[in-house]
Amino acid sequence: MQLVQASGLVKTFSRLRAVDGVSLEVSRGEVVGFLGPNGAGKSTTMKMLTGFLEPDAGTASIAGHDVFADPIAARRHLGYLPEGAPAYGDMTVADFLAFVGRMRGLSSAVLGERLAEMVERVNLAAVWNRPIDALSKGFKRRVGIAQALIHDPEVLILDEPTDGLDPNQKHDMRELISAIAPGKAIVISTHILEEVEAICSRVVIIAEGKVVADATPTALLDAAAVDGKRPTLETVFRSITGSKAA
Amino acid sequence: MKMSFRTIALVFGREFRAYFATPLAAVFLLVFLALSAGLAFFAGGFFERGQADLGPFFAWHPWLFLILMPAIGMRLWADERRSGVIELLMTLPVRAHEVVIGKFLAGWAFTAVALVLTMSFWLVTLYLGSPDNGIVVASYIGSFLMAGAFLAISACISAMTKNQVIAFILAAIVSFLLVMSGTNLVLAALRGWAPAFVVDLVQSLSFITNFDRLTRGVLEAPAVILFLSTIVLALWINVQVVDAKKAA
Repeated sequence: MQLVQASGLVKTFSRLRAVDGVSLEVSRGEVVGFLGPNGAGKSTTMKMLTGFLEPDAGTASIAGHDVFADPIAARRHLGYLPEGAPAYGDMTVADFLAFVGRMRGLSSAVLGERLAEMVERVNLAAVWNRPIDALSKGFKRRVGIAQALIHDPEVLILDEPTDGLDPNQKHDMRELISAIAPGKAIVISTHILEEVEAICSRVVIIAEGKVVADATPTALLDAAAVDGKRPTLETVFRSITGSKAA
Repeated sequence: MKMSFRTIALVFGREFRAYFATPLAAVFLLVFLALSAGLAFFAGGFFERGQADLGPFFAWHPWLFLILMPAIGMRLWADERRSGVIELLMTLPVRAHEVVIGKFLAGWAFTAVALVLTMSFWLVTLYLGSPDNGIVVASYIGSFLMAGAFLAISACISAMTKNQVIAFILAAIVSFLLVMSGTNLVLAALRGWAPAFVVDLVQSLSFITNFDRLTRGVLEAPAVILFLSTIVLALWINVQVVDAKKAA
């Protein structure tokens, strides 16, 4: 079974067709890098995968549950980091994660264990009792990751998890994602290409709302190789999307 | 309709605490106490009337609430949209109506705190004379119900925008119309041309007319039903707006 399955997703905002027939399948153990220029429809597609946004056409399911017909069941298997890692700024990190955990139906015993694990894994001890409004961008991102992981979901959808982080924090975030990847299906949107090479087992490139490439990073580079010389991923990205999204 | 009371309680707890996380709560409570007392004393002639009752105090509540309840309700949803938290909240395994009810109840409970704090007024009148306590209790219940109706309208409008100021202004305008619909100004303007039943209908929907009935000491069913059904209707629309899954 594919943990994430989407077919023919279409979304139009007033007259702009933001997403135009995107299909995507992600199985257990895969980390899919969802790439594209700004405004290509990455976030909109992710919002439809999570069921936050209703598509004009197409279907999406998480762990076999249709996100629109059976949203509650689908969302139980989903951890989602929305763009910008929003959180309740007036709450402390501890209170916020406990709130999300309880809203996800975790019992007090399980919640306690999971919170302890989040402190450890996501490295939140230093800010545990600080209000989220007072945190740096890096810590806010980590809190966002922690709330997405609190119930140990099978499917993770992370919208730009490393956006705005410094190189050390980016490195830590990638380590974390690689560490939790086995056993989960993960979709990461980004426009940082080094990230894709570092952690993704597959690359899906989207431009103007359409999927224009779907392959492993190596296959993508091999296909674009000239005289046995592989180009950089950046060159491939630019040649695929550059002409369309000037 | 499936409903998880655990979710409602969790949302309620978070939102109720959120009021006190900022100075908003203190400011609101101070303004409410100062205005309700000030208006009763200076504009309502609380002492000069020489009667031990709370009439002059309650008479101002429709006017106070039409400004203050939008202030309490404006952040409930608009702020979630602005900050993007709504995206997180509505992808948790919870139903929209559970969140809507939890948020509304938090605002309503906050209003109850404000009303309880005004009970010192009641104590003063008890010391000065012997007010009709039945009337006072009925008035407090009426005031709480009317506040709930204003709040539900404000919460509903708050869900339609990500701008708290717009939410506040629109909610205050709608509240103002609901209060004004019972005044002679509006009714006289209608009487000239509208059929009698329209005039009656507009008057029967007026918050001020219905609230006046309650403050006379009788918990009249039509007035109670008007406020409760306004709450239910506004919250129902609120759920539809949230469920429409609009991008922020």
